[in-house]
Amino acid sequence: MSNESFINIGRFVLLVLLQVVVLNQINFLGYVNPSLYILFLLVLPINYPSWQVILLGFLLGLSVDFFEDTGGIHAAACLVISYFRPGLLRASYGLSYDYQTMKFHDTSIKERLTFVITMVFIHQLVLSLLVFFNFSHIILILKNTLFSGIFTVLLILVVTSLFRKAKR
Amino acid sequence: MTNIIDFFIRHKNTLLFIFLLLISLGLTFQSHSYQRSKFISSSNAVSGGVFKVRNNIESYFGLKESNHRLINENKKLREKILNFQGENNTYIFPDTTGFSANYTIFNANVISNNYSKLDNYILIDKGGKDNLEEDQGVITSQGIVGVVEKTSKNYSRVISILNTNLAVSAQLKNSEHFGTLSWNGGNPNVVELSDVPRLAKIEKGDTIITNGRSLIFPKGIPIGNVINYELDEAEDYYVVQVRLFNDMTNIGNVYVIRNNSKEEIENLNYSDE
Repeated sequence: MSNESFINIGRFVLLVLLQVVVLNQINFLGYVNPSLYILFLLVLPINYPSWQVILLGFLLGLSVDFFEDTGGIHAAACLVISYFRPGLLRASYGLSYDYQTMKFHDTSIKERLTFVITMVFIHQLVLSLLVFFNFSHIILILKNTLFSGIFTVLLILVVTSLFRKAKR
Repeated sequence: MTNIIDFFIRHKNTLLFIFLLLISLGLTFQSHSYQRSKFISSSNAVSGGVFKVRNNIESYFGLKESNHRLINENKKLREKILNFQGENNTYIFPDTTGFSANYTIFNANVISNNYSKLDNYILIDKGGKDNLEEDQGVITSQGIVGVVEKTSKNYSRVISILNTNLAVSAQLKNSEHFGTLSWNGGNPNVVELSDVPRLAKIEKGDTIITNGRSLIFPKGIPIGNVINYELDEAEDYYVVQVRLFNDMTNIGNVYVIRNNSKEEIENLNYSDE
């Protein structure tokens, strides 16, 4: 087990605990909860093989589901974003992804923002669709996606910038 | 043959994705149907433990409020006792030798409460070890909360009244007309009482209570009051909007009710069939 694996396991546990103990209790305006835990999938090293990322995404979502009594909705949402992650990485970062040289923090803010926003909103949309599970609630689904998505993006940007400074 | 193996290797990511997606969607469908989800439940030791630690810390911040609530409840019960004595002029000493009590009440703490989804669950810190079982009613001093759905050794999962899968039989306090109480999302303080016969006299502000038809809740547990009512499309039944007495977003201590004669009644029903 390398040092990196330990960091990743620690991050996994920490983010899941933070999500279920603190963040899912916020209920801002009654229903807005940020999903910070997908930060784990965002900052995974890009040279990880895809099948590992998919498996990790599934486990990440499932562990949140265990706490939230939500069946498999977090697992499904995480699966979708971890499956589309390579494609989104290529779309957001272009050439530097193909050379596999960049790290999450070293990229320009524009590229990073594109990546974070697309990932968060896909995740949030799948999540809301499965939570409400009914097209008669479509307005509620979109509202939930929009507000929780904005909340999540902001939180992810804050957390990532905090931790980058701590490392330097 | 090599082609098939080749295909699998080339598409291993997609196949893995589809396979896991099917599993998670299966779990999701299961949690949405009335067929209860048994696999993924927060009443396991790990999540129960985590929530309990959080609740231990959190409960200190709510001590004043919960004291206040208990005092109010005590006051209400005191009043009842005093008025009861007044009617009979003698103090009642309950004689417990002749008959067994019909209902047993357990107390429990809510350690996790959801209300922002369509299918909400509550986790409480008593379980099979404390004689809790499935299909026991859960109430607070103000009104109903839900029904125990699954128990583990130390924890139980309660299907909240704010869950689209739960339907409770309820009636008007001033008449015997009854209907089905359910929730269809949205406001966590308003539920819907449907199938109330047109003959029933309803007014805004009327109190809704449980009726003893199901073996889960005894008759007369308060639920809420009427804020609005209208006839349904067929104009045969009323659909009544009920504001819950309980603030479902803020529940601390709950009581779990066990109906001691449930088995006997159930046996009677079975022998009938």
